[in-house]
Amino acid sequence: MPVPEAPDGGAPPYISARGLTKRFGDFVAVAGIDFDVARGEAFGFLGPNGAGKSSTMRMIGCVSPVTGGTLRVLGLDPVTDGARIRARLGVVPQEDTLDLELSVAENLYIYGRYFGLPRRVIRERTAELLEFVQLAERANDLVEPLSGGMKRRLTIARSLINEPDVLLLDEPTTGLDPQARHALWDRLFRLKQQGVTLVLTTHYMDEAEQLCDRLVVMDKGAIAAEGSPRQLIDAYSTREVVELRFGEGEQQDVSGKVDGLAERVEVLPDRLLLYVANGDATLAEVHARGLAPSSALVRRSTLEDVFLRLTGRTLVD
Amino acid sequence: MGSIALRSLDYWLIRYRRTWRGSAASTVLTPVLFLAAMGVGLGSLVDRSGSAGNLGGVSYLAFLAPGVLAATAMQTAAGEATYPVLTGTRWVRTYHAMIATPLSAAEVFTGHLVWMVVRVAMTCLAFVAAMAAFGTLHSAWAPLALPAAILTGLAHLTPVAAFSARLRNDAGLAALFRFGIMPMFLFSGAFFPVSQLPALLRAVAYGTPVWHGVALCRGFTLGQGLTVGSALLHAGYLTGWSAVGFVLARRSYQRALVR
Ligand SMILES: Nc1ncnc2c1ncn2[C@@H]1O[C@H](COP(=O)(O)OP(=O)(O)OP(=O)(O)O)[C@@H](O)[C@H]1O
Ligand SMILES: [Mg+2]
Repeated sequence: MPVPEAPDGGAPPYISARGLTKRFGDFVAVAGIDFDVARGEAFGFLGPNGAGKSSTMRMIGCVSPVTGGTLRVLGLDPVTDGARIRARLGVVPQEDTLDLELSVAENLYIYGRYFGLPRRVIRERTAELLEFVQLAERANDLVEPLSGGMKRRLTIARSLINEPDVLLLDEPTTGLDPQARHALWDRLFRLKQQGVTLVLTTHYMDEAEQLCDRLVVMDKGAIAAEGSPRQLIDAYSTREVVELRFGEGEQQDVSGKVDGLAERVEVLPDRLLLYVANGDATLAEVHARGLAPSSALVRRSTLEDVFLRLTGRTLVD
Repeated sequence: MGSIALRSLDYWLIRYRRTWRGSAASTVLTPVLFLAAMGVGLGSLVDRSGSAGNLGGVSYLAFLAPGVLAATAMQTAAGEATYPVLTGTRWVRTYHAMIATPLSAAEVFTGHLVWMVVRVAMTCLAFVAAMAAFGTLHSAWAPLALPAAILTGLAHLTPVAAFSARLRNDAGLAALFRFGIMPMFLFSGAFFPVSQLPALLRAVAYGTPVWHGVALCRGFTLGQGLTVGSALLHAGYLTGWSAVGFVLARRSYQRALVR
């Protein structure tokens, strides 16, 4: 279906939320957020447990009614056009909903049937998709004994059976080992190159940095900041970070002595973070002041630092 | 919307294919064993004791078989509308996979209901076949006992599914079987006429849909005890339960799946 042209001639957003709110009884899970996702973009929701990421994704996926504000997905209203929208979405939910007692291929088959696809089309796509997620050899095996990473890949293959315009991925790589995560990122990157719009949630900053053109940092149902990973780091952090660890009980004595060394100092339970432009120079000064950390590390700023700055808390605890 | 709801039928069929052998064997064997033990074995005692008057002048086997047909339809319906529904809402969460696609919660229910009716119909068909083999189809109306039994199943499928979809775990199901299905199986006229019950319990039995199913099935296979009016009344009562249950179940599914 062609997307209607926006009045200013630019492409209208694929997904657009204004004051989007989700309440469960008195509890506010999503507290009036605004965002736009453009066609072909990879857009991320980064935030800690309970931030409201899944609640937002479920509203976009038209399986959870909006309690306030407006939401448009593919230019349509989820209230009146939920089925039409869902027909063009691919969904990877946070918790897998595979049928473990059926085979890999059967899981794809039944899912394709829900979209009303003819058997022949499903068979062709199943072969391609299982190749794509490297599960072709397991096509006729039951899902039950597959590893967590394989099940996740199968869920992703399943979400592509209807050749969706938008892929919603709720924590696609949580629980996977680093190798499996990188393999998945590679697959997602290829989908993006093919023009699929990606919307994903994560609490891994490296995942957000790898995959997202643009992201919002969510905390307690609200959006704390928005931008590209680079923009966010530039706006909310310094170029480099010096991490200092001290021996048992020494950290309190030290924290006063680093004054003036850094633009900003974060005191975490197990380490000090000094936000600076030049880490090596600062580390030299630390030593010059006679401080003797048990370990010291200079690294580039990440979204983790942005999150710490915005919320005062770490992302993954 | 009808055809969209049917998109989930392949799923139920594929799941059934994995277990059909064991399930089909028990579907065919259970009525045979039941009719042999209860109808022929126990029946010979009952018939010798001269109870035929209470049974409307027929053998105990002929009296029992259509009653147990209706009760079995109820029991099968209760089985299909409980554990498989929780599998969809909680255990495997297959319903949640379905509503992420164009299927709506109501269509998820309708599709599953069609499958449940198919399962009830298979069981009833096997039972009617066993009844024929035991020579208990005594009337030209007897074939109508099959749709009557399926309708009895439907009258239980929809309200039980409405109940199951609201459960968080299967504790409520144990209670449903112990305090609902089991007593109805025993006391709603399948094994003995409810006229044998004390007045209060008799009134309760008349209110249960399965009693109406028993009356309908028995009337058709014996060719006695039913008028057009009473048959329509029984069928209407069962249809009422089916319809109210249908509306409630669609609401339950909406509440359970769309939050
Ligand atoms: N169905 C529900 N009923 C009541 N409260 C809910 C429901 N779903 C979510 N919540 C609450 O809403 C808040 C946000 O939950 P949500 O799942 O959106 O967070 P999240 O950002 O996805 O977290 P996580 O990283 O742990 O997945 C939580 O406090 C959660 O307990
Ligand atoms: Mg979540």
